[in-house]
This record gives sequence, structure tokens and C-alpha cells, in this order.
Amino acid sequence: MKSSLAYRIFIHVAALFVAVVFLAPFAWLLISSVSTPADLLARPLHWWPEDPSVERYARFFTASGDDVSAVYRQSLVNSTVVALSTVALSMFVGVLGAYAMARLRFRYKRIVLVLFLIAYMLPPIALLIPLYLVLAQLQLLDSIVGLVLVYSSFTTPFVLWIMTNQFLALPAELEDAARVDGCSRLGALVRIVLPVSRPGLFATMMFAFLLAWDEFLYALIFTSTADAKTLPVAIAEFTGRYSVDFGLVAAGGVLATVPPLLLALAFQRYIVSGLAASAVKG
Amino acid sequence: MLRRAPSHRRAAAGQRRRGEGWFAVALLVPSVLVVFGVVVYPVLRTLMISFFDVDSPVATETPFVGLGNYTEALGEPAFWRAARQTAYFAVTSIALELLFGTGIALLLNAPLRARWLFRAVVILPWALPTIVNGAMWRQILNSQYGAFNALLTQLGVLDEYRSWLGEPFLALNMVMLADVWKNTSLVAFLLLAGLQAIDVNLYEAARVDGAGPIRSFFSITLPLLLPSIAIVLVLRTIETFKVFDIIYIMTRGGPASGTQTLTFYTYLQAFSDQRLGYGSALAYLIVSAVVALAVLYLRLLHGQEGRA
Repeated sequence: MKSSLAYRIFIHVAALFVAVVFLAPFAWLLISSVSTPADLLARPLHWWPEDPSVERYARFFTASGDDVSAVYRQSLVNSTVVALSTVALSMFVGVLGAYAMARLRFRYKRIVLVLFLIAYMLPPIALLIPLYLVLAQLQLLDSIVGLVLVYSSFTTPFVLWIMTNQFLALPAELEDAARVDGCSRLGALVRIVLPVSRPGLFATMMFAFLLAWDEFLYALIFTSTADAKTLPVAIAEFTGRYSVDFGLVAAGGVLATVPPLLLALAFQRYIVSGLAASAVKG
Repeated sequence: MLRRAPSHRRAAAGQRRRGEGWFAVALLVPSVLVVFGVVVYPVLRTLMISFFDVDSPVATETPFVGLGNYTEALGEPAFWRAARQTAYFAVTSIALELLFGTGIALLLNAPLRARWLFRAVVILPWALPTIVNGAMWRQILNSQYGAFNALLTQLGVLDEYRSWLGEPFLALNMVMLADVWKNTSLVAFLLLAGLQAIDVNLYEAARVDGAGPIRSFFSITLPLLLPSIAIVLVLRTIETFKVFDIIYIMTRGGPASGTQTLTFYTYLQAFSDQRLGYGSALAYLIVSAVVALAVLYLRLLHGQEGRA
């Protein structure tokens, strides 16, 4: 049965409206990043710069020393290293744990799962002060390793949770067949279960990356120099200090958005199934 | 002879199960170390500090005050103000996110042309880092040269530029607006997952019975979407208890403490004023709220499982 013309017009108009509301602020961020400071301070505002320039992006590749663009470049590198290492570590340990949760029988399983969930949901503010002191003692303040360890403590329960649900959704017969053929449990996990759960793995990696990339409070307190400062911290600093040239903040913002956006677009068909797995059962 | 066979088999099964138990422990140890190795000590330490009067990181005299810090918080007007603002933030922003999120989820599920393009657009606010979102809206809402003022005056809605982040209650609403703009995407995708689980035949049957799209939304879609809505509700409430970054970047809790939520108030007490004992007690009040909500979340998931 065909839906009515009025309905079809209505959904397209509504979708167009939503698209404008979602795109306009980001479009303004993009325009600001190629506008001169004079354009941005003009009244009435210039919606399109008189002389658009990509200079702020060019400086990103060439700047050195204390220049804002050089700080952005270094913190983009830091953010990338921190997020990728966090994903690698938490995926490795989380997938092993999730397999145990989904496939093996043992006592206190439910309590273990609840404890992991609570660890994931704990507000960072409750851990901040002692964690700062511990990291200081271990000389892990202002270090990428320190951030990766802290971030993995909340991405791992998330990975464990989603992957447990992904594994539970697979038929157990799949492994049974492999095990009859002489595969060990671990062999079945690596050779049979993981290849089949590829969509779930991709979705989980993407979510974990976004969690680590977006984190702010820990990074704000635990990092201070170019050694480990992440992009959100650098942007927050310049938002306060260089409030006059918003173009520079805008360029940093665009740069900080590119990696997660590309990742989310590349894996977009896994988003819904991944979210469905994060919100079922337990 | 006949009797021993089954018991022998049972023993073998028991041994296998014990073996399975040890294997499970081995697989879980790395996760336990990575998570609880980091989390347990700070959680207990914060709890301990919350019973002492610690007013500096290098304080030498830290008298034990029992529940003193907690009773102080509960008698402190600034705490209740932050609590009220958090509650207002949670209720209003989540209501808006659910309203818009449901609409967008329905659109994502509708037979749109260029559906992939619409989906990509909805992904954008979700992928945008929170700090970038805050910096972006802070500039758009700027009182001197912000785009929001420019748009409204050029459209003739406003006569002159307004200070959107300059008055306490207005600023709170504006921070909320920025938060809703970003998080509606995630809510829409979570609800879309729920929508796609609804059996299409139900709509077909409703149509045969003569129900229009509005009727079938209220009698099929909404009731079947309620479990997903409940889950979104709890997850988002937990997030608002933790909201920090968007307030830090947009208003730093001001003006006149008008945008301080509980986490931000705690941050200021513990770090700006260095009242570590009091700050730890505040943090634990937040922890208890979050744990209560987490338990509620599990109950909801469990209920959903029972229905399925």
C-alpha cells in the first residue's frame, strides 16, 4: 500500500527542517574558521566573509613553538594516541571478559556484571582527588599513559557490557560445531566468534573511541603541558584566553570534530545495532 | 554398577563446570584489573575523606567530623540551589530530547528520499565533541557579536542585541538548549533501535482495521516504545548528574551561580575553594543518586527481558 502524498510531503519538509537546525550551527563554525577577526566582530554580522582564508588551517601544519596552531597540532596527536590506545586496551581485555560473561557458567556472574556497570556510571568527580594524588605518586600526571589507564577504566565496562550482549545474540551451536572439530574455547573465540561479530566489534570500537575522544574533566585536571594535553583541553583554554579571535577556536573545533565524525559516518550502519545491544538484557 | 555410571557422569560434569569457572576467572582478570585497579582505591579514599575536615591538600590537621560534611551540605542553600538547577536541567532537557528525539527517530524510520543523507546529518551533533559544542554555542550566543543576536535582529524579532548568557535563569536555559541540540541525536538513535524492533505486521493490521497514522502512533508505536523511552530517561538522568564540560566552557557556572549543577558545584568547592572533605561528601551524594539510578536502569532492562 502506498502512503499518501500529504504524508510524503510532510515527512520531507520535517526532515529538511531538522537538517537545517542541525547543520546551521556547525556551518557557522566552519564559516567562522575561514573568516577574518574583523568579519566576526562586524555589526551587522557578515554571514559570509569578504575574504575567506584557510590560513588558520595552513598554520596548523607549519606553526611551531607556542603558537596556538602548534598547540592544536600537538594536542590532536595526543588525543589520537590516547583514544586509540584506550580503544586497543579496553577492546582486548573487554572482549575476553565479555566472552566469559556470555558463554561460561560461573558463580556471582550477575553481581560481577552489576559492579562493572556501576564502575562505568561512577561520576568522575568522585574519583578525581585521590586519583590525582595516586597519579602524582606514580609520576603519571601529565602523561599519555596515565590518561590511557584512567580512560580504560570506564571504556572497558562499556565494551564488556555491549560485547556480552553481542555474544549472547549469537547461536551457541556456532562454537559447539567448532569445538567438536577440536578447537579450544579460545580458538573458537578467535576463529569463529570474533569474525562473525565484526559489526558489533566495529560499533563498540567506535563508541569507545568517542567516549575517550570526548572526555574532558580528567584531562583538564591531569594534564598541563603539550606532553599529554588533549584537544578538548586546548580548545577550552583558548576559548577563555583568545576570546577575541573566535576563528581560531572554530578552526580547532572543526579539527576536533573531523576524526569522530569520519568514524561515525564510516560505521553509521552499525550505530543502531550497537545501541540496541547496549540497551538490552544484562 | 548401574548406579555408579550416572554419579560418575555427574562428577565429570561438575569437574567440567569447575574448570569452566576457573577459565571464566582467567578471562575476566584483565578487565577486573583495568577497571577496579583504577577505581576501587579512589572510591574508598573519597568516602574516607568525606568523614574528615580537610581544607587543603597539604593540611596537617584534619579532624574527624563523622557525617558533619554531609549534614553541612544538606543545610547549605547553595547546595540546594545546585540541586534544584540540576533537577530543572534534567527534567526540561530530557523532556525536550525525548520529544524531538521521538520525532527524529520516526523520520529516520520513514520512507525518505536520500535517507542515508538525513541519517548522516543526524549523526553530526552526536559526533561533535561536547567541548566544541559548548565553545560553538558560547560564541553563537555572544552578547556583542554572536550569530544568534545577528539573526534575530536581522529578521526583526529583536530590536537590539541581548545578553543570552548574562542573566542566571536565561543562561541556564541557553546551556540546556546547547545540550539538547547535541544529545537529541543520541536519543533519536536509541529510540530508532526500539522502533525497528516493532513488528511491521501490527501496523498492517491497524490499517486494515481503519486506523490512521496518528491513531496507530498512539496505540501501537508509543506503547511499544515505552521500554526504550524509560531506558533513555534513566541513562540521560545519570548523565545530567555528571554534566560538567558544557557548563565549564559556556558559563563556568555563572552568572551569579545560575548555571551551577551538582557536579559543577562540587568541582568548585573541592578545587577552587580546596574544601576537600566537603567536596568529597558532595561527590558521595552524587554517587548515591547515580547508583540508585543505575539499579533502576537494571530493573528496567530486566523487565524488558521478561516481556520479550
